[in-house]
Amino acid sequence: MHRINLVKILSLLLLTVTISVNAQHDASTKAHEETTPQEKDLKTEIKEYIAHHLLDSYDFTLFSWTTDAGEHKYFSAPLPVIIYDGGLKIFSSSKFHHGETVAEVDGNYYKLYHNKIYKTDAEGTISYDEEHHPTNAKPLDFSITKNVVFIIIVAVLMFFMFTRMAKSYKGNLMPKGMGRMLEPIILYIRDDIAIPNIGEKKYKKYMGYLLTVFFFVWIINLLGLTPLGVNVTNNIAVTLALALITYFLTTFTANKNYWKHIFWMPDVPVLMKIILAPIELLGTFIKPFALMIRLYANITAGHIVLMSIIGLMFVFKSWIGSPLSFGLAFALALLELLVAALQAYIFTMLSALYFGMAVEEHDDH
Amino acid sequence: MEKLIEQFSLGLFFWQLILFIALVLLLQKFAWKPILNSVNEREKGIKNALDEAENARKEMQNLNADNERILKEARAQRDTLLKEAREMKEGIISEAKNEAQVQAAKIVEQAQATIEAEKQAAITDLKNQVAELSVGIAEKVVRGELADKNKQTKLVEELLKEVTIS
Repeated sequence: MHRINLVKILSLLLLTVTISVNAQHDASTKAHEETTPQEKDLKTEIKEYIAHHLLDSYDFTLFSWTTDAGEHKYFSAPLPVIIYDGGLKIFSSSKFHHGETVAEVDGNYYKLYHNKIYKTDAEGTISYDEEHHPTNAKPLDFSITKNVVFIIIVAVLMFFMFTRMAKSYKGNLMPKGMGRMLEPIILYIRDDIAIPNIGEKKYKKYMGYLLTVFFFVWIINLLGLTPLGVNVTNNIAVTLALALITYFLTTFTANKNYWKHIFWMPDVPVLMKIILAPIELLGTFIKPFALMIRLYANITAGHIVLMSIIGLMFVFKSWIGSPLSFGLAFALALLELLVAALQAYIFTMLSALYFGMAVEEHDDH
Repeated sequence: MEKLIEQFSLGLFFWQLILFIALVLLLQKFAWKPILNSVNEREKGIKNALDEAENARKEMQNLNADNERILKEARAQRDTLLKEAREMKEGIISEAKNEAQVQAAKIVEQAQATIEAEKQAAITDLKNQVAELSVGIAEKVVRGELADKNKQTKLVEELLKEVTIS
């Protein structure tokens, strides 16, 4: 136990140190580059850095810096870009040179602009409309981005972790190794989330989803707290995919009672039934929508606040600023550690609740 | 909201959906099912073992009660047996005593009868002998007496006197 705690604290320290070092790097290089009013530039710089961190990217960059000659250097690995634009095109993201150059693939030209791929001409011209939105065509993009890489990593990790655990049950009924830590969590999800919400009879068919979603969200949230700069669950696309699965599972496993309570609520006057039907129907969409927004917003907010506090270090520029923001960041990182588990729990819990509503039997009515 | 929609990445959505569903299906088959089955089996095993222990305890109690009962019965039986035996013994002894007394009485009676008979016989014999001796003595005395005339007369007189008196 003590060793694990120590490892946790050490990794947290490492996290805060690395993020701050990264930020400092960028901030200082930028400050070096430009001699215009520093205070304001630094703030926008931090803001941009945070906004950039929250976005997905086409390569896996650990850190970047600018040389004295003004050249941008990246410590990064390119990832495959897969786009569909009149045929499937696969190429390395190194062709974009982090958005600095135009990539030429099979006679077509593509350019990264604000982390999106746009089709351009050979010079990389991007035309804008009045609201400063690019009007260039966007090819269908199925690239293996940084987030996709981490989704794959977590999926593989989970697969090996849990199949290994399953194997350890063969021959003896007691868990071994990691199973000792994971089994109580699995049992907790079964006994305190699935069974009370869904019911003893029907919980079994949802267990696979509930367990997977809990561990997936938890692990990927935790990875978001490492210095790797991962931020999977603060992409609305990811939380939408998860919420959609919950929605479809609820909808397609729902029994007659569920639909009856939506479209023709029993035990209320006919007029109320007519009024309630659209509200209830809307409710079925709002529930997973809330799931999606909750997970997305919580993780995003955590990242923004954590990085802002680290950014304060460069704004204060006094001997008291750095230790203060370091302490705050450390405390917040601890809080985020809790939030990582809490959001996974809430997502699982609410999914189970919706499944429970879908299969509930109303014998008492 | 606009920013959210702008940020939305179809590719990420696509991969997340595909990978996550694949992960759920794979884990369901290779991890969750075996794990939950094993856990269920273990829980069932524990429950069975507890039930069995409870049953064994109850059975033990029953057995103990039975044993107690049997012991009690055996004890009662032994007591009655002992009692019977004692009674029989006493019966036999008293019977034997009675018989012995009767027998003894008989023997004593017979002995007394024999003694009486012997006594009578002895008395008769003695009487006869005494009579013979008396006669002999009387003969001798008479003979002596009758040798002298005086004495004869005197005797006759005396005898006569006696006769007249009586």
